[in-house]
Amino acid sequence: MSASDTSPPANQPDAPRAAAPAPAPTRPQVLHLLKQMLRIRQFEDRCAELYQNEKIRGFLHLYNGEEAIAVGAMQALTLQDAIVATYREHGHALARGVPMHLVMAELYGKRTGSSGGRGGSMHIFSKTARFYGGNAIVAAGLPLAVGLALADKMQRHTGVTACFFGEGAVAEGEFHESMNLAALWQLPLLFLCENNQYAMGTALERSESETDLHLKAASYRMRSSRVDGMDVLAVQSAVSQAAAAIRAGQGPEFLELITYRFRAHSMFDAQLYRDRAQVEQWRKQGPLITFTTRFKAAGLMSEEDYQRLEKEADREVETAVEFAERSEWEPIEELTRHVYFEGAAQ
Amino acid sequence: MSAPGTAVRMSYRQAVREGLREALQGDPRVFLMGEDVGRYGGCYAVSKGLLAEFGEERIRDTPLSESAFVGAGIGAALGGMRPIVEIMTVNFSLLALDQILNNAATLSHMSGGQFNVPLVIRMATGAGRQLAAQHSHSLEGWYAHIPGLRIVTPATVEDARGMLAPALVCPDPVLIFEHVGLYNFEAALAAPAPPVDLDHAAVRRSGRDVCLLTYGASLQRCLDAAHQLVEEGIEAEVLDLRTLRPLDDAAIMASVTHCRRAVIVDEGWRSGGLSAEIAARIMEQAFYELDAPVARVCTAEVPIPYPKHLEEAALPNAARIVAAVLRLCGRNPEGAQPAPASVGARAS
Repeated sequence: MSASDTSPPANQPDAPRAAAPAPAPTRPQVLHLLKQMLRIRQFEDRCAELYQNEKIRGFLHLYNGEEAIAVGAMQALTLQDAIVATYREHGHALARGVPMHLVMAELYGKRTGSSGGRGGSMHIFSKTARFYGGNAIVAAGLPLAVGLALADKMQRHTGVTACFFGEGAVAEGEFHESMNLAALWQLPLLFLCENNQYAMGTALERSESETDLHLKAASYRMRSSRVDGMDVLAVQSAVSQAAAAIRAGQGPEFLELITYRFRAHSMFDAQLYRDRAQVEQWRKQGPLITFTTRFKAAGLMSEEDYQRLEKEADREVETAVEFAERSEWEPIEELTRHVYFEGAAQ
Repeated sequence: MSAPGTAVRMSYRQAVREGLREALQGDPRVFLMGEDVGRYGGCYAVSKGLLAEFGEERIRDTPLSESAFVGAGIGAALGGMRPIVEIMTVNFSLLALDQILNNAATLSHMSGGQFNVPLVIRMATGAGRQLAAQHSHSLEGWYAHIPGLRIVTPATVEDARGMLAPALVCPDPVLIFEHVGLYNFEAALAAPAPPVDLDHAAVRRSGRDVCLLTYGASLQRCLDAAHQLVEEGIEAEVLDLRTLRPLDDAAIMASVTHCRRAVIVDEGWRSGGLSAEIAARIMEQAFYELDAPVARVCTAEVPIPYPKHLEEAALPNAARIVAAVLRLCGRNPEGAQPAPASVGARAS
């Protein structure tokens, strides 16, 4: 057993810094945020079952525990903005507004899926949502995000490109190349590093000589801060402030969002690299538990609200499953479609 | 090629530059980025003068970050621009292979056709300048393995001038391989420059006894060989493939069927290379038209050595092409293996 199994997590979420205190939310806002997080949680719990039932195949990476980041971030972004995500992107797609039934059909591989079934769990795309994947090569989305931001800047658009990636990506050269280019060219790019402590099974302190990721951003002269990624309001506030600064022409920014993945890396992971006690400790600080405890105490929501929203989410999930189940497979005759673009050049 | 008085003599380098200038003038979405394309004027001086004409926004010097700036080209293409990314040489493109293969070539497909990547990547390729094993690769055939990409190899001044425009119109990623040995090559070019396509191979010399199938810098080697073969009474046809993906099967089979003997000349290594692919297609589609087995002249299976005599020995040249043709035609050149008995006298 390695040291990481017994020592506390490298980055405790109890020490957020920089992000200004979030304004007190209203009851509708509380219920909206809770609903969005519950949609992702219930969707993915069902995905795990469907994986066991072999309805969903391939790799399946669940976002369980990290929902506050996608939900908080998407509240602060507009449809003008571009999103680049990772292979753990169901939550980002749902929070962005890609319809749940299209995401589920994609996980089934059906032609009605968000990518026509061609991509699967790791490759959700949506042109209408400016959602550019769904990238299954760690850090490969970062250069794409640089280019999307460059295109916006050159065309004098006001969009921000929000690029999500895990802390494992900071070990890749593409991370450093992209951070440098974004800062050098002062691009409208927001780097959102979801630090869930483990790159698959390798703890951050076992793979990085410098575990304070904010210092890496600082070395590129980029504004950066660390945010409690378990607190949806803190994420929303931090992303909102960062996006406003970027829109104001102040160049790129880096946010490290401290979080934890409650489930395995993928469905093949026996989780030999971490103690159950550590998982349980983090579960107590999970985004849904802390949120509901806080806002029940504040009188902005009740247990009945929670039950009702959970049921609504379950109904949406079942509708999505039914849609995926009854959708058609793409005929084999169409195998070689989409290798080259079928539309006209614009 | 063109009427007297309407042609301009220019180098391949100038022709590429003129193509770039026209693209930049014609579409505000077009920009050029890469290492040393701006102030330095391009490693091979292709983009010299363009910075002064178009400014730093559109002639964009990059750090030595191949993966990031190629990926940025992909992202900018997704975002509505028409980037031209220059990778200094194919050797450095390996540092961007993740972006080229995992993103540029797959995004259309993975997104179910929602997105496309109208990106042009230009790079210098090839050996012959005593630059040793890390600066002499010919990997265009290797890139031609990848579905989702289009691979073009201008071998003439006309194509160097003209291939960029249709590449920019193409909705998919196009990789243009410019052979380092061709930049100083000069030829007359009609004015205004004629449009070219990316879809068809071109017969650069007509013949009837053997067809030489080639691309890039080996086109001149084949034309030299064809000239020498005239003295042997052999008329060689020379087919410039121009585009390596997708291959123009119809033109290849037409030439093979017409000449009944074929030699593939490819600066790539032989094993698992483009020449093997073309030979296999000929077997599949034109086997019964052949009077002799398909022959290949490729680069020797060795990392390119530094000394001139060893580098020359590794690469295809006119003498080796001539020798391969003579063997195919049963002439049994000195030191060569005897030709199969069934290969007969048709050439004479």
